[in-house]
Amino acid sequence: MQLAASIRELRKDYVLSGETVHALRGVSFDVPEGDYISIMGPSGSGKSTLLNLLGCLDRPTAGNFLLGPDDVARMTDDQLAETRATRIGFVFQSYNLLPALTVVENIEVPLYYSGRLTRESQQKCIELAELVGLGDRLDHRPMQLSGGQQQRVAIARSLVNDPRFMLADEPTGNLDSSTTEEILDLLARLNDEGRTIILVTHENEVAARTCRTIWLRDGEIMTDERK
Amino acid sequence: MSRTWRTFRLSVKSLLLHPLRSALTVLGIFIGVCGVIWLLAIGEGIGRAAEDQIADLGARNIIVRTVKPNNDEATDSGYGLTRADYERLRDTIPTIEPGGALPIRIITEEFRNRTRAKEGRLVGCTPQYADVTRLQVAEGRFLTAADAAEERNYCVLSAENAQELFPLGTPIGQELMIGEDFYTVVGVMKPRAASAGIGGSYAAEDFSGDVYIPIETFWRRIGDMIIITKPGSFQRDISEVTQVTLQVADRDMVLPTRDLVINTIAPYHTLEDFRVTAPLELLQQAQTTRLMFMLFLGLIAAVSLVVGGIGIMNIMLATVTERTREIGIRRALGAKRRDITQQFLSEAVVLSVVGGLLGVLGGLMCRPITALARNRLEAWFPEQMSTLPELVRNVEPLLVPWSFPLAFAISAVVGVLFGVYPAIRAARLDPIEALRHE
Ligand SMILES: Nc1ncnc2c1ncn2[C@@H]1O[C@H](COP(=O)(O)OP(=O)(O)OP(=O)(O)O)[C@@H](O)[C@H]1O
Ligand SMILES: [Mg+2]
Repeated sequence: MQLAASIRELRKDYVLSGETVHALRGVSFDVPEGDYISIMGPSGSGKSTLLNLLGCLDRPTAGNFLLGPDDVARMTDDQLAETRATRIGFVFQSYNLLPALTVVENIEVPLYYSGRLTRESQQKCIELAELVGLGDRLDHRPMQLSGGQQQRVAIARSLVNDPRFMLADEPTGNLDSSTTEEILDLLARLNDEGRTIILVTHENEVAARTCRTIWLRDGEIMTDERK
Repeated sequence: MSRTWRTFRLSVKSLLLHPLRSALTVLGIFIGVCGVIWLLAIGEGIGRAAEDQIADLGARNIIVRTVKPNNDEATDSGYGLTRADYERLRDTIPTIEPGGALPIRIITEEFRNRTRAKEGRLVGCTPQYADVTRLQVAEGRFLTAADAAEERNYCVLSAENAQELFPLGTPIGQELMIGEDFYTVVGVMKPRAASAGIGGSYAAEDFSGDVYIPIETFWRRIGDMIIITKPGSFQRDISEVTQVTLQVADRDMVLPTRDLVINTIAPYHTLEDFRVTAPLELLQQAQTTRLMFMLFLGLIAAVSLVVGGIGIMNIMLATVTERTREIGIRRALGAKRRDITQQFLSEAVVLSVVGGLLGVLGGLMCRPITALARNRLEAWFPEQMSTLPELVRNVEPLLVPWSFPLAFAISAVVGVLFGVYPAIRAARLDPIEALRHE
């Protein structure tokens, strides 16, 4: 089976006023194409740190991270940016929408940077907004939307470049249970389409919907079990 | 949709999020660009006016003038240029045009027509005087060679004198009393604006109160001695010639001729009672003065542009800090450093170019606005305005065509120059750090 990603002995240290925090202390696992993984663990265990590394937002202190065939550690800053733009969809816990832009414009932003903005892209953004159930909110600004709606805009935005690899940091962390269900249904559908998804969560119900759960503690993998 | 166009639209959109702030930043550049264009236009206007006036004095002329020595006693026995000086200059200087040495004697005198009296300049001169000073005849004729040869009691009036002394009907053929004698009026001149002195070498010459008579008549009837009455005292003043204007045939010979003139008459003068000037020299001075003036004004404008640029930099730095999170989000979504640099740089350039365009428009308004300002100032502060030098008071700004592209280019350069640093700072932000920012 083809691997979407392969992580070997990944380490991440933060130096804070002379003191070194070992956020990740040698994490290794493989992610097959089309996998649906949840990462769990207590607060401060390094989940977000790991996801940021997988999302090419940050560089590891040591270790290897192969995204498909490419060694992320060897990428230049521009190559990392291009990888983020074209191959990865990232959903943040805090949505990270641009407050000045409308729903459609927010969904459009990654297209600026992947070079795929065309005359038809606006139509594509509208379709994505409809896909996440926001067809009637196209011209709203993030402030005028509920938390769940904002999260769905963020998911639509992460899909706009049609990435094979999707990462979500607590995508349902701020949502009530029925909205959580809707988001999870959406993610499940995306996974069915063959996309590889890794999400971070605190909730067992969320983890239960995934195929595999990795437990972190103090920057190390405790368990890695597939259902 | 091209990339540049997209970046531009994004910039405009971001700037419009803070309309007041953007407008104030634009204002700084607007003032700078407007300043460049206005100051250059005003400098050009003043410079041209000065040059015109010097050309009025005659670029080929050399003016030898009597000056009153500081030592009062010496004047008792007479001072200044003499008829002998005049003849010597006329006969020995080879570079002067034939008939190009013109003696003039000027005193202040009272003119009377029956009960009307007026004080003014009595000018004893040659027939060429009108040409040299560019006075034009309005009515009748100017003095002629025959008038001079026969030492006739003929006179020509300035427009103002004709108006005031002969308010009813034409003065031609009427008698005017000058001192003790009657003179027949043969002509009236057109009004002429006073020519301003430049750099202190020329007193402003006002022709408005003049009466002209042949210098030969002057020497015979009035003589060399006049009595100046001051309250409580009177004083003799003996002088033969007030001024000799020499017209040099060849412009290139003006400066050598001036030196020759000094050497010719200096041996006959023990007092410092004459001065030689050449308007051509002043013309050259005026040209350098104008250049320096424009450089100086340009410098002021440049400073205001730099201040405007610092305004842009200030705003952009504040914007970068304020929008750290936005930068983080864009970076996380795949923006390269270059994209972020371009975005912020283009915002700075849009600000400065909008300021530049408005400044160019403002520059075009220079003439009407100066006219309006002068009009208002003269209405509100008449006294203060009248103390200003004529050259400044009447300045007509001349728009310098190249100042427009220059000012505009400077504004764009200012935008880039002062936008680069904030833009680079924005791009240097680490995406994760930027996202964490709140
Ligand atoms: N930028 C940073 N500078 C210094 N230390 C950091 C930084 N980011 C994370 N850490 C440290 O690294 C460790 C792991 O942090 P991380 O955010 O990955 O935890 P987490 O598992 O996502 O926790 P939570 O569930 O609360 O989100 C923590 O001890 C944290 O203090
Ligand atoms: Mg976290």
